[in-house]
Amino acid sequence: MQTHFEQELAELKNKLLTMASHAETSVTNAIKALIDRDDELAQKVDADDAIIDHLEMEIDEMAIRLLAKAPLASDLRLITVAMKISQNLERVGDEATKIARRVQDLNQEPQLKPYVDLPNMAKIALQMLKTALDSFVNRQPDTAREIIPRDKEVDLLNKQLHRELASYMIEKPSTITRCLNLMIISKSLERIADHATNVAEEVVYLCEARDIRHGG
Amino acid sequence: MTEAPLRKIKTNDPSGQDRPANSTLIETQNLSLFYGKSQALRNISFGISERIVTAFIGPSGCGKSTLLRCLNRMNDLIDNVRIEGTVLIGGENIYSKDVDVIELRKRVGMVFQRSNPFPKSIYENISYGLRLHGTKNKSDLDGIVEKSLRQAALWDEVKDRLNSSALGLSGGQQQRLCIARAIAIRPEIILMDEPASALDPIATAKIEELILQLKEEFTIVIVTHNMQQAARISDFTAFFYMGELIEYDVTAKVFTNPAKKQTEDYVTGRFG
Repeated sequence: MQTHFEQELAELKNKLLTMASHAETSVTNAIKALIDRDDELAQKVDADDAIIDHLEMEIDEMAIRLLAKAPLASDLRLITVAMKISQNLERVGDEATKIARRVQDLNQEPQLKPYVDLPNMAKIALQMLKTALDSFVNRQPDTAREIIPRDKEVDLLNKQLHRELASYMIEKPSTITRCLNLMIISKSLERIADHATNVAEEVVYLCEARDIRHGG
Repeated sequence: MTEAPLRKIKTNDPSGQDRPANSTLIETQNLSLFYGKSQALRNISFGISERIVTAFIGPSGCGKSTLLRCLNRMNDLIDNVRIEGTVLIGGENIYSKDVDVIELRKRVGMVFQRSNPFPKSIYENISYGLRLHGTKNKSDLDGIVEKSLRQAALWDEVKDRLNSSALGLSGGQQQRLCIARAIAIRPEIILMDEPASALDPIATAKIEELILQLKEEFTIVIVTHNMQQAARISDFTAFFYMGELIEYDVTAKVFTNPAKKQTEDYVTGRFG
């Protein structure tokens, strides 16, 4: 039978997973809004950010109450990690909102080019995020570790896209606004992959009490 | 009177849901207590809600145990004690002349710091009070003994040796037996004076879990020196200092953002 404290920890974990699912949905919707040129969906992403923000505050409040009970060892790590993961998820939500706002701007003009790299980046970033969260749920530090190198793939795609968009701008200054919007979206996806990496690092800390950030 | 602090309280329930504060069961009005010339409690006025856990914290000698003992008139047993003000339980002044103290202590049970089982069998420890209060039928007694031991999370450990001496149990088991003994006579309120301070961490965790379960049915007031314990098990916390009630609020508030500097200094270990 679960103790009261274990139930409270389970509740914290559930809230975090609810938040994760909102964050993932927002990123998915933001990219769908980009590809489908769907203003309405972009506006929804913008509006839904408040839900994610609110969950972050709820998780922090729960975590602080739990910390006052003096948890130790893996319980202590779980609570501190939950606070960090929720912060990363909140930022993921912010990036989704940023994308959604750029999409609404882009939709004012004809599409610059067919999008290939952006959906690809989004796919990798979302997969990283999902795997990081799965590894949190299942406490799989090895799975968490595996996704960390994938951050480089996203970084590379981001740089590549920046170069490509820079050449567009040089060739045709009338595309500058659209190119800048796309650059911002690309950067946002790159940041989402960074947040997924952070989550993965926290999972390793949770499971092994080992700090692997900053090459550690 | 300081009401149970908020209308909506954040309880210690795992759901983390707010729920309306329960109605007030215990109320003190300008309660002061003197041991001879020295004043141990100063004008305490506050209310305790039913079916939640309320913790009393504060440095040694702050009056928290004295106040606890006022709630079932245990201080009557001490010479030279003078009490002013009133204590109402369910609206009734327990210090009025026509109150039957035996009946009162049946309504307000108590568990002490050091477990104090009778030097009798486990079974008799529970059945003694029941027989005293008129339950004679063997099968009724058997039923209540089992129910009380189950509620005290002790049944599985002792069911095969109910006739062995209670003194053969471990410290933690003895304390749970005392809790079983207290709940056997179905009190409304259980007062606990540092019930886990003499126990190891595992036995302490069992007592804490038990308290969280018992509050579904009983109103629990606990004195504890262990602030993390108060944070783990109580819904409301009252901080006392030098016989005064300094702060009384939802537990999460007292331990994360106390309103008074004295409380802050105490809970952060800066004095006391």
